[in-house]
Amino acid sequence: MSTASLQLDAHGRLKHFLSIEGLNNQLLIDILDTAESFAGVTEQTVKKVPLLRGKTIVNLFFEASTRTRTTFELAAKRLSADVLNINITQSSAVKGETLLDTLRNLEAMHVDMFVVRHTDSGAAHFIANHAAPHVSVINAGDGRHAHPTQALLDIFTIRRVKGPDFGRLRVAIVGDILHSRVARSQIHALNLLNTGDIRIVAPKTLVPAYAESLGVHVYHDLEAGIEAADVIIMLRLQRERMQGALLPSEHEYYELFGVTEEKLAVASPDVTIMHPGPINRGVEMDSEVADGSHSVILEQVTHGIAVRMAVMSMAMHHQKKVTQ
Amino acid sequence: MMTSSTQHPDRIRISGGRVIDPANNLDAVLDVFVADGNIAAVGTPPDGFIADHEIDASGRIVCPGLVDLCARTREPGQEHKATIASESLAAASGGITTLCCPPDTYPVVETPADIELIRLRAEAAGKARVVTLGALTRGLDGEYLSEMAALKKAGCVGVSNALRPLANTQVLRRALEYAATFDLTVFLYADDHWLSANGCAHEGKVATRMGLPGIPQAAETAAIARDLALVEQTGVRAHFCRLSTARAAHMVARAQFDGLPVTADVAIPYLYLTEIDIREFDSNCHVIPPLRTTEDRQRLRDAVQRGIFSAICSDHQPHDPDAKLRPFPSTEPGISGLDTLLPLGLRLVDEQVMKLGELIHRLTAGPARILGLPGGTLAVGSAADICIFDPELTWLLDPSTIKSHGHNTPFMGWELKGRATHTLLAGRLVHTL
Repeated sequence: MSTASLQLDAHGRLKHFLSIEGLNNQLLIDILDTAESFAGVTEQTVKKVPLLRGKTIVNLFFEASTRTRTTFELAAKRLSADVLNINITQSSAVKGETLLDTLRNLEAMHVDMFVVRHTDSGAAHFIANHAAPHVSVINAGDGRHAHPTQALLDIFTIRRVKGPDFGRLRVAIVGDILHSRVARSQIHALNLLNTGDIRIVAPKTLVPAYAESLGVHVYHDLEAGIEAADVIIMLRLQRERMQGALLPSEHEYYELFGVTEEKLAVASPDVTIMHPGPINRGVEMDSEVADGSHSVILEQVTHGIAVRMAVMSMAMHHQKKVTQ
Repeated sequence: MMTSSTQHPDRIRISGGRVIDPANNLDAVLDVFVADGNIAAVGTPPDGFIADHEIDASGRIVCPGLVDLCARTREPGQEHKATIASESLAAASGGITTLCCPPDTYPVVETPADIELIRLRAEAAGKARVVTLGALTRGLDGEYLSEMAALKKAGCVGVSNALRPLANTQVLRRALEYAATFDLTVFLYADDHWLSANGCAHEGKVATRMGLPGIPQAAETAAIARDLALVEQTGVRAHFCRLSTARAAHMVARAQFDGLPVTADVAIPYLYLTEIDIREFDSNCHVIPPLRTTEDRQRLRDAVQRGIFSAICSDHQPHDPDAKLRPFPSTEPGISGLDTLLPLGLRLVDEQVMKLGELIHRLTAGPARILGLPGGTLAVGSAADICIFDPELTWLLDPSTIKSHGHNTPFMGWELKGRATHTLLAGRLVHTL
């Protein structure tokens, strides 16, 4: 089943949210607009709406996460849903229960939605394919494949700062593209919005094969890559990547690809700096940049709640249609 | 095995079929006469031949029983997936009379007793010949040589380390030398373990988009380059198993041109599927080596047609359903292929990739020669392992028609053309449709 037909219903509405691929431009904009309406809610004194009252949402995390899980939990609570957090580490897999068995057991508890993070690419697709018809699945990150809500909150943030016309924007994504589900989802979203120039910047060891086929321009030199950039998205460099044969040292990476105020001089004067977090200060960027006036890193986190509220309520709206 | 003269005294006349026997350059409508488990005559009956049984093969093809270079029966050790009995039944119904099993069972095939066990189970099942490759290194650990002389004496048809890596190039060199000492063919799986580690898809556009850890073309070609250098050094007879890239086919062709004693095969799914088929995370398309590009598929087809690959195998890997019910990278690789070897092969003829005689050669005499077996022919006096198939019969591959215990195939739901109507093993009818 294609991603589009798996995550959308017959009327083109969200049923699951698995990847940016398979969305159309209008649906993406609808999600962003819905998120905009929820952004107001999160700024009120009473931060709750009753949209998902009585619904049960399970955060099913097979991989450690603080930020993503917390914002999903807050988003669900602000929609008045009941939330269950289940962290299944590798040791549970050793007990022998298969992913499918875990799923079936939770379904038996009448869960309405799964928010899933898993180390395997395709895990959210797998769960959506095997979940009961009334259950929605939201992908909170699967392997290197997709992290669509993160990409949406990044796009939401860019739209707030730069306006809705992505055609005039030059966006540079810097860092470990090879292992990054965030980068893949961002690239699809930026392409869906017809972004003028999408660039990825990294040494060859961190760029996937045929990266250009994703619809990006590839740079191996930071200053060339961020020249005249309106937005620079830094990616987290996992510590364990330093120990393999991918990079010689944090020091050399910082020297060549770390963003400093000085290097930012070649970017657009009103460049926006983003990072999905958590930041390695002094590796991907220095503190001056992270905490500087161009940085919207904390806004990204705030927007994450509104975007996740939008996705959850839209997917659950479909579900209401199913049960009626 | 199957010295059937006492058990099966039937004299069989197979009449009116188009007999294709590439080993003898034969392609004509002729009768085939079977007596005492052997081919008694082709064309004119032997003096005084009276058939106990006649098979009307008009409109059908009569050819040697198919020889499958690589089929896992999962026995011993993984009987929850399949057994020698279940898979030799599937083989018979697919027109296959000889299965060659790699040694990576549990335990691995590394002693005469292991070979004996498989032989006894196959004889008890009585549906197909099952031959085995012995382990190249002890326990397939890649470090210590196996007792190859004993393995050969016990009847293994070659040695292999299956998909497991060798510890280093020196071990490989010594293993090849030792095998050459006993005139054993070494079956090599061309894989640079360090380049392919953790990968589950061809390192290309599709894997990049799907975020699947990739296996580069160089994992195959770097290994072939090394192995060819060692073949030249040691003089061993080597067979490259299940190549997946255009570049590998080119390298083998070049080595053959240079006179090195190397052969190669391809598994039939690689002649149809490409990296594009793994989109939507279809775990039935998770195979090792990975499905490559459309260009690779075309060049693999060319290489089979030209005889650079002198065999097409099923690379049969039956699985229990749970093995595929996981996210793509965590599924067990492999396709169940015995049921589809013949019809998918015939589709190559329909698609004008090769002539029918060429296809049958790659499925019979070609692989038999690689294994050093006398089969794969309808020559008078040879064992009457015969496949009779209807090339026009269309059928649907679905859970009710598939015979293998493994239902893990991306061809499920395909309408296939061509099906074995009768299979004879040493003159005994082991399958009728």
